[in-house]
This record gives sequence, structure tokens and C-alpha cells, in this order.
Amino acid sequence: MLIPIEELRGNSGKLCGGKASALGFLHRNGMIVPPGTCISTTAYNEYVDRTGLRGRILLEMNRKPFEEMRWEELWDLSEKIKLMFARTPLPPEMEKELEAELFRRFGKKAVAVRSSAPGEDTAKTSFAGVHASYVNIRGTPEILRHLRLVWASLWSDTALLYRKEMGLDIFNSAMAVLVQETVEGRSSGVAFGMSPENKSEAVVEAVYGLNKGLVDGTVEPDRWTLSRETGDIKTHMPAEREKTVVAGNESRGEEGTELKNLPEALKKKPPLTPEEVLEVYSLTGKAEALFGTPQDVEWTFRESTLYTLQSRPITTLLQEDRDEKRRWYLSLRRSFENLKELRAAIEEKYIPAMQAEALDLEKENLSATSDPALAEEIEKRAEIYRKWHDIYWEEFIPFAHGARLFGKVYNETVNPKDPYEFADLLSGTEMLSLERNRKLEEMAGRLREKPELLKGLSAFKENKDKEEPVQENETELENETELENETELENETELENETELENETELENEFRKELEAFISRYGGSYSESPEAKEGLYRLLLEMASRPLLPPVAGKKDPDRIRRLKEKFLSSFEDEKQKFAAELLDLARASYRLRDDDNIYLGKIEAELQRAFLEGRKRLEKRGLKEPEIPPARTFREPALVKELTKALCNPAYRPGPEKLPRKPQIPGTAGITKENVRPRQLLGNPSGPGTAEGHARVILKDSDLFDLKAGEVLICDAVDPNMTFVVPLCAAIVERRGGMLIHGAIIAREYGIPCITGVPDATKLIKNGDYLSVDGYLGIVTVLKRRDL
Amino acid sequence: MKDEIASLLSHELEEQEGKAPVESIGLDKVELLGKLRKLFETQPLAVLATQSETAPYVSLVAFASDEKLKYILFSTTKATRKYENLSANPVVSLLIDNRKNTIEDFRDAVAVTAMGKIEPVEDFERKIMENIYLMKHPHLVDFLHSPTNAFLKIHVEKYIVVTRFQHVVEVSV
Repeated sequence: MLIPIEELRGNSGKLCGGKASALGFLHRNGMIVPPGTCISTTAYNEYVDRTGLRGRILLEMNRKPFEEMRWEELWDLSEKIKLMFARTPLPPEMEKELEAELFRRFGKKAVAVRSSAPGEDTAKTSFAGVHASYVNIRGTPEILRHLRLVWASLWSDTALLYRKEMGLDIFNSAMAVLVQETVEGRSSGVAFGMSPENKSEAVVEAVYGLNKGLVDGTVEPDRWTLSRETGDIKTHMPAEREKTVVAGNESRGEEGTELKNLPEALKKKPPLTPEEVLEVYSLTGKAEALFGTPQDVEWTFRESTLYTLQSRPITTLLQEDRDEKRRWYLSLRRSFENLKELRAAIEEKYIPAMQAEALDLEKENLSATSDPALAEEIEKRAEIYRKWHDIYWEEFIPFAHGARLFGKVYNETVNPKDPYEFADLLSGTEMLSLERNRKLEEMAGRLREKPELLKGLSAFKENKDKEEPVQENETELENETELENETELENETELENETELENETELENEFRKELEAFISRYGGSYSESPEAKEGLYRLLLEMASRPLLPPVAGKKDPDRIRRLKEKFLSSFEDEKQKFAAELLDLARASYRLRDDDNIYLGKIEAELQRAFLEGRKRLEKRGLKEPEIPPARTFREPALVKELTKALCNPAYRPGPEKLPRKPQIPGTAGITKENVRPRQLLGNPSGPGTAEGHARVILKDSDLFDLKAGEVLICDAVDPNMTFVVPLCAAIVERRGGMLIHGAIIAREYGIPCITGVPDATKLIKNGDYLSVDGYLGIVTVLKRRDL
Repeated sequence: MKDEIASLLSHELEEQEGKAPVESIGLDKVELLGKLRKLFETQPLAVLATQSETAPYVSLVAFASDEKLKYILFSTTKATRKYENLSANPVVSLLIDNRKNTIEDFRDAVAVTAMGKIEPVEDFERKIMENIYLMKHPHLVDFLHSPTNAFLKIHVEKYIVVTRFQHVVEVSV
């Protein structure tokens, strides 16, 4: 299982990986490398086989075809697998054997525990920064703990994405690990024997301290270019030298590394003298001569001794392309500092601006504007919506990584059984959607207490049913809805005035006002759709018709949240506790905002929709009908907004059918009526523990939500926060979109409702009225009985 | 028809004779049970037959057995057909075999049908039974411990052992 660097031979790549093999080769050829040993892939394989981890990984990976996983799902997957490694000890005999040998070699010396995966660092692939490496680790138990973390990084989201993208084998991969004495260099860096940008040049980059800061991008390096022909220095680009990464303090027993301010004296002085730059360059020359191709070398100076830490071929092939991809992978993990900036921008700039803009738009009386002015208003709103939509994608969505960053840190320090325990700690914060749901429940409560209000609403609903038997198109519906809201309701009230006590009418009016205020505050595109108000009434009736939900216990228990918080913070040493608390605060903001921001954007969207619908109404008054008028649902599409405004400005203009959207068609299925298989048991990701049975309510369009009955199982493509008001009514949630930190999962956890995410084709295979069993522990939804047809 | 196939087979098999000796099943019960134990260790999956009101229903299950082969352990989630069936009718049978789905199976394969009755795993024996099961299937730990899962044992009455295509013996335990 253990092979010392000095015994490594050229053909050891499969057992020991490229990194270790290259170091063995360099050592044999007289170059200075830090002493170390390789824990081969044999050890990895034995561990995963004997503990059953291989099978558990297989089961997790096979919940869904790998190609169909979103990166959020990969993230979840890798967190789960990482915790499996962290929580599964080595088999005792294996531990004994490794412990004895590692202690003999390293004793209490600080070591680096680094990945050396086979297939890593060849000319075609470079896993730089993809797998985990830990420096300044002391003592055998700690080495063995980090060994498992490096093994686990074979299954990190970045590593999985990288293998997927490069077409490498995902399932049969194994990991070798290099344990090497830490060389605490005064200056370190990387050197490219041949610059990827200019083949006639070489590049040397250097920082003070350990080169971790350079490799992970937190410390800016000085950079020299040299002529490959003459070996002379051509240029030197000094860095703004401010920080340095050093090994944790030994006397305080600290492990890992620390980012520190650079002493003033060093800020003005380059980390290498020109002679040392040349010495580093000559190192790349030696390595190139040995391997036969230009090398990318990591090195460090301890006093005047130059150590080679790593050497690998320069990956010139498709360099740009791959760098691009790698950058993207690495950017998935925005650093803490970036996230803090993002948070400030979102909280202090974007959200207030977004709210103010929505409020301004809400004030406009659209029905009083002329047609051309309305057209202008629609264009303006479409522009505003697009602006916020872009900001949402560029700023708000990346901020969601705050919660993920926290999750990673929480799992690595607390090592909980449930990889999503951290979400409970985050969800202790108030979310707008929960406030809204509470308000809705309050209104339902009022209806429950005052049946006369209920009667009023029911009468209104029945009347409506009677008078409008079939709605053929949206135009009519819209007019009717307006009529209902403005005229019929008044009639109703008048009628009641004659027969009922006055204070009841007052109550009712008050209630209606409350509803209006509710819609205005929590808005969202759903409440602006023509059927929404009626839907909301229906939903309130449904809520009022069943007993009050018991308050959600357990998850939101403040004591539990407090305990979790203490558990987390106490895993950190004194000064680092401050960082931990800051990180928690940031993650809570990320978690909360991710939900709230969607509701704010929903408000802007609703305002665009309001103007768009007003435009449609004007055209209808001129006698135009669909397909000459863009359908109501197309208000987000710029081309159709344009068609609508053109027609508004120019009475002679007719949007042709060819300009209007056709129903989306799945390629290759034209004219074929496809018969689907029938589902019995579908697999997804368990995202909210618990079990439930109930009839399916499949959401295919927004207004389907209002048909939900208490105790039904919500089946949807993706829960967006504007939808979550129905969640307290559901027995369970099944969602096609995957991920543990998506809205559906967040809100289900909040209410303690079983939830399964990432069920492919859920809305296609499951039909309204199917009787389902939902297993939120294992992520299984079973169709117990198909709906009667 | 069967005979025709059998005669064709024996011809095929003659050519392979010597490569893999035919497993012989003797008369000794202890010896046979020893062989079965070894067979069970090599097979992670078995075919479970349950009975619905109208028809038999078969499914693959991950199984393990105790040292004496008195019990066969398996687990299933409760929202399944097999669980519904065996809740109504606990009599089941289970097929354990080492076929490779090649022609040599007619010479080499052993197929064992276990007949018995489902009994719940009692609290006093749960720990040891779980250990037996997880020793063989360590990766099913989350599955086994899910609150939605049922851990069950088949109390075996007898095994029916088929070798060499048509040689059949019975052994009760």
C-alpha cells in the first residue's frame, strides 16, 4: 500500500498517479524533492471495497443518469460522498498497517497530504486545483483523516464535472495520495519551461511564503519572462505585494495554512533575486531534459536550497479552451471575500433599487394612457424587466454559493450525519415567502372563524360558475375577471347590505382590502394573471375548509438552531470563530436572499405583465383576436412585445401568425402520438425526510396551482418562490429539477414536508389524480394506484 | 421438445468435459448445507416469489443467510408490491442460483429454491441479523435503516436443490 518516493519507478503511474511517479523519476535523477511516500491506489481500492463505500457511491451516482445532472445536483452528490468518506473509518487492520509505517517515516513532522490520481497531469489533462491537497498536517491520526478527505476529493463536484467534460472514466477512478514533508519555503512559485502564450519564452512566477496562495489565486505573484534561446530575463512584472500564505503556528499546534499581511520590508522587495530566477529557470530545463517535453514546475526555496515540489507536462493542447472551462469550474466556488462584496451590492444597491422601481411602476394608471403612450410604457417595462433579469442571473444567482460555501465548511468541521443539517441552521432566518404564507394562513383562519365571510366568498364563487359556464379564450376570461372584481363584487356587497348586518359587510370589505394589500405586497406574476384573484379565493376557501395546521415543530425549534450554531462555532479556535460567525451570517443572507430576490423579481415581472395585458385589451377593443394578438403568456418574449407595441402605435399593423410563437414541439415527434410507459416507482433525491400518501396535483401551468386541494402531492417542474404559498397545503413535494438547496427543498424542510427533487419527467409520467406514496428518506415516489379514467 | 434440447446440449457439453468438473451433490445433508452456504456467499441477489390475490409475483432482492441456513434475510421498502403481497400472505419462495446464462449452465449451474414463511425480525435478534445482512451488503446501510424500510426474515422449511439441469434433491432445515 505504501511506496516511498525513492522506490517509485516509471511504470508506477497506475498505482501511484502521475504526480508521485514524476517526483520519483526526478529524485532518481538527482533533483531535490521533499522526502515522502505514496499511498497507492491499492489502499484506496481496499478501503472502498471493505467498507462498502464503493457500493454506496455507486448507488448515489446512479440515482439519475450522470449526463442529466445539473451542477447543483453534482454538488449535493459530492457533499454526500465526501461525508461518507469522512464518517467511515479505515478497517482496523488497514489503519494499523498504515499508522505504523507513516509514524516510522514522519513522526510528528509537518507533512503535505496531496492527491496523485492516475490520469492526473498528463499532457492532455491537468487536474490542477481540482483534487484536494492539505499542507502542514501533523501526527498519524491527522494524516489518516486527511487521507480520506483527499480520497473523497476524487468525487468532488469540480472533479466530477472535469472528468465528465474531458470524457474520462468516472466510475472506475481511484486515487493515490502523496505524503511529503512540508518544506516551509521563504519563497515559492511555479515555472513554465515554455510559456503557453509564447513558445520562445519561459515564465517564472513567485510569491513569498508557500505557493498555495499563488495556486489558489489569493496572492498575486511577481512574474518574469525569459528567453528560451539565451536563458536571459526579458521582463519582470512586479506584483502589488501585500499578502503571504504561511504554515499555521507549530507552537500553538495549528494545522493548515494562514493568509497573513506581508511585513513592510518585504513589500518593496521581489521574492526572488535575478540569480534565483535563473536558478528556477534552469530547474525547468533539467526537468524538460529528463521528461522530453517542456514542464510546468512547482518549486520552493528553503534558505538557499531549491526544492522541486511537482513537475508535469505543459498542457499546450487546447490550452485556452481548457483554461476557460477550468476557470468556470473554479469560479463555482466564489471566495468568501467575493461573496461579501456581492452581498453588499445586492442588499444595499440592487434590492432597494428593484423595490423602488417596482413601486413606481405599480403607481402608474395604465388604463388612462393613450395607445402610443402605453406602447412606450410596455417597451420601457420590458427593458426594465430584462435589466433585472440579467442582474438576477449575474449577481443574485452566484450569491447562492454563499450557502454552499458554508455547507462545505460546516460539513468539513462538524462532520454531521445528515449532509444538509447546515440548511436547518440557515433556515432559522426569516424569509419573505414564509411571512407571506403565514399571512395567507391568517386570512384563512379568519374565514374559518367567521363563516359568514366564507359564505360571501362561496356565493361569489358559485355565482361566477353559473354565469360563466365555459371560457373559450383568454379575452373573455379577462374581461369577466375584471367585471367580477369591480362590478360583481359590489353587487354582491349591495345585496348583502340589504339582508345582512352592516358590520358584516364592513368585515367583508375589510377582508377584501386585506386581500388587495396581500397581492400588492407579495405580488409576483401569479397574482397578476387573469385567473389569479379567483384562484386565490379558491385557495383560501380550500385552506379554510380544513383544520388549522399544527405549528411546525422540530426543524424550527429555536433551541435546536442554537445548539447547531454552538456546535458549529465551537469547532473553531478563538480567532477563527469570528470568521466562522461571519461566514454563517453571510450564508444566512445568501439562503434568505435566494428566496426573497425571486419574489422581488416576480413583482417587476408582474408589472410588465400588467402593461402587456392592458395592451392586449386595447387591441381586442379594436376587434383583433388571437392569433393576431400575442398570447398573454408571451409577455416575457422581446419579439412578441415588439409586435404588440407596433400594433398599438399603428392601427393598420397586423402581427402575422408567422411572427407569433407556435406550440413548442419535441424534435422528431411531429405527427407521432407517443405512448408513454406508465410509472410505478420513480427515483429522485431525498430532499425532505418523511413519508406521505396522497393524490397527485400536477402543475403544468401557473394557474393549476390554485386547484390544489389540501393533502395532495405537488408534482412540478420547479418550485419557484412565487409558488410556495401552496406548500403548507401539500402532503409532499415532487420536483423534476434537482438539488437540495432549491426553493422546493428549502421550503419543504421549513415546513417538515417530505420532498423529492430531481425526478426526471415527473410531470410527464405522473398524472393528476394518481394516488402516490412519497418516501422522503430514500427519494422514492410510488404510484400506488393510477387515476380512474 | 425438452429431450431434443437436452440431447443437443449433452453434445455441446461433452466437448467441454474436463474443463470444469460437474459439481456432485452427495447424500450427506451436512455436506450439502455446507455447499449451499458457500453458494449463498457468492450470490448477492436472489429471486423472491410472493403471491398476490391473482398471480405469483417475482422480484430481485439482496439477501443474506444465517450460519445454519435456517433464516434468509432481505429488506424492502414498504410501498412495494412484494411487501403488499407478503403482508397479505407470508408464504414465499426464493431462488438462489449461480447461472452465468451460458450453455455450460446446464452442466455447472446450481439452483436452489428455498420455501418458507416470512417472519418479522424481533427486537432481541435485530442487531445480530442486521450485522449479518450488512456484512454481506455494507453499501445498503442507508437503505436498511430508512424508516420506510422493512427488514424481514424467511423462516426456511426446506431447500430444493437442482444440479446438472435435472437432478433434484430436497433438504429440510
